[in-house]
Amino acid sequence: MADGTKTGPAAAPPAPARRRRRWTPVLFLLPALVLLGALVVYPIGYSVVRSVLDKAGESFVGVDNYVTLFTDDSIRTALANNLIWVALAPTVATALGLVFAVLTERVRWGTAFKLVVFMPMAISMLASGIIFRLVYEQDPDRGVANAAWVAVHDTFNESSAFPKAHPGPKSPLEKSEGGSFTTREPARAGEPVLLPLVGVAPDKMPEDAAPAAEAKADPGKVTGTAWQDFTRGGGGTPSVVDPEELGYPGIRVEAVKDGKVVAETRAGPDGTFALPAEADGAQLRFPADNFREPYNGVDWLGPSLVTLSVISAYVWMWAGFAMVLIAAGLAGVPRELMEAARIDGANEWQVFRRITVPMLAPVLGVVLVTLMINVLKIFDLIVVIAPGSSRDDANVLAVQLYDSAFGDRDLGVASAIAVLLFLLVMPVMVTNVRRLRKEARR
Amino acid sequence: MSAREPALGSRIAARLSGGLVQFVLVVVGLFWLMPTVGLLLSSLRAPGDIAESGWWTVFTAPAQLTWENYQGVLEDGAITGSLLSTVAITVPATVLVIVIGSLAGYAFAWLEFPGRDWWFVLVVALLAVPVQVALVPVSELFGWVGLFETTAGVVLFHVAFGLPFAVFLMRNFFAQIPKELMEAARLDGAGEVRLFTRVVLPLGGPAIASLGIFQFLWVWNDMLVALVFADSDSPPVTVALQQQVRQFGNNIDILAPGAFLSMIIPLAVFFAFQRQFVSGLMSGAVK
Repeated sequence: MADGTKTGPAAAPPAPARRRRRWTPVLFLLPALVLLGALVVYPIGYSVVRSVLDKAGESFVGVDNYVTLFTDDSIRTALANNLIWVALAPTVATALGLVFAVLTERVRWGTAFKLVVFMPMAISMLASGIIFRLVYEQDPDRGVANAAWVAVHDTFNESSAFPKAHPGPKSPLEKSEGGSFTTREPARAGEPVLLPLVGVAPDKMPEDAAPAAEAKADPGKVTGTAWQDFTRGGGGTPSVVDPEELGYPGIRVEAVKDGKVVAETRAGPDGTFALPAEADGAQLRFPADNFREPYNGVDWLGPSLVTLSVISAYVWMWAGFAMVLIAAGLAGVPRELMEAARIDGANEWQVFRRITVPMLAPVLGVVLVTLMINVLKIFDLIVVIAPGSSRDDANVLAVQLYDSAFGDRDLGVASAIAVLLFLLVMPVMVTNVRRLRKEARR
Repeated sequence: MSAREPALGSRIAARLSGGLVQFVLVVVGLFWLMPTVGLLLSSLRAPGDIAESGWWTVFTAPAQLTWENYQGVLEDGAITGSLLSTVAITVPATVLVIVIGSLAGYAFAWLEFPGRDWWFVLVVALLAVPVQVALVPVSELFGWVGLFETTAGVVLFHVAFGLPFAVFLMRNFFAQIPKELMEAARLDGAGEVRLFTRVVLPLGGPAIASLGIFQFLWVWNDMLVALVFADSDSPPVTVALQQQVRQFGNNIDILAPGAFLSMIIPLAVFFAFQRQFVSGLMSGAVK
């Protein structure tokens, strides 16, 4: 603390001036202390007192409001979610921040990358919420998360190529078990069959669909054509392969005798198929998996995933914070130490694990604790991202406090939550005070 | 075995892993940008297109882009009005926290009074208090004194919760001013007020910049405090947009441009003053 005004006779001012000087600190401090006292300190005391009074604030109820915290279903969900938040969000953000900080040191355009990851910190939680609400839209044609997920899913799982396809009127096919379609009459080898279907939207037709062709007769085989029996703009004849009509490439055809599949095949690009001689006398069937509705992706904002989805938005916002602080810490780690380890034959992972991380431990600790406190106060992100239907599943204490106070008007419970939140940040306050006092003594 | 071989081998390995690092960072960077780009592009598409297909179709059919939504939002006036409310809250809340925080910071750094360090530690300890704790008591308090649902009330609340950090930052900065400078000014007969306005404040520029940016971003981006204390007839932009979120699915043509308009100023401030922002972060500026 630097203040040397008391040295020497010149520093002893005449009496009136000294009195004035005694009041000077008060004047300088008054605005800050009044505001802090009325709007920060008084509320803490108020919450403690109010939390042991009933809803109306008229009678003393002891710890009843605190018991409610642990018995009320929606508040218990909030507590459980807070645990998930505190355990997950700071850790993931810090881990990503650490990896980014270490990696950006190795590229020349590291600053540009940092700026990109850091930028979301300047955006409001509300705007970030809107951004991620859009990302997690259920419809794969609108939400990018599901668009990507469905694309990956469809690469590994064959999707049905012909959703909504079905026989038209007067078709030789009829509806059978589980959404499949079967011919009424058995098929004969050497007599090509026509299996017309309709109903696939033109833009949903597979890319490789070729103009449909009638199958050639083959005495040793059951042949036929499966195609979209519909000419756009009119002009086609039902149950006839017209020139502009397309085949159903890859549609699965099964030959069924007495309920058993005796042969199966897939149609070519022009819709023609050929089954071996065993199929003679069997009914032909299009199994239901040809027509399954397309996969619609994950319900990101549904009850079970909503908390994780909101946490991902938080990580998006705060990984940059962790990265910048860790990068600053990294700049202070002596390079010679790392170089020495590399010369001794340590690989990059060993250097990271044994030198970088331990040297950064204090910074990592500060970042983690800061984020944990920050996470306890998350309100906007949850309110904006969780749709009404899963809002209860995304509940946390900070949101519940608002709902209890301004929705249910139960100031007793709201105050109890406030006290609980305050108690949760208390250890950090104590640590801060200790650290500051140590610094002040120095 | 020659000594050169491992060096060459590890150089190749380093080059390869360098390429991998670059690749990973490019992918992550694009991934990080994508959500924001999605919002921007969505805000530039006609409502019909938004309902039917994703924003990424813009890359194959750029003709979709239109200013229509922005025109709609600007003509409607509700969002622009709320942006003005945001400015009316943010500017005074930022100026006041700088003034009041500097006054207190100066007192803690250069004035002598009993229990000075103890008071300072107490003020800084309040940094961790969650705003939620104050919502109920302060709305009652504001109700008594007629500040509930007023701009002044919101401003005072933000100033109070900005003060612990402000005092911390300013006190630490002012404490670094050379003692000789202060003594010389005092010997010249400067009173404390004069000393503060003529010597200390002008030197405090960098700290004031950091503090100003943080407070500005906090207040501009706040939704909760405004939701509770702001006048519901002229809410700031965050609250105005939040009211539209309930109809999310069919409201993107208002929400996306509105959200983007609300982001422009904080983003500009952020990019213009990155260095001060980072130095503020370093001094522990996170609520």
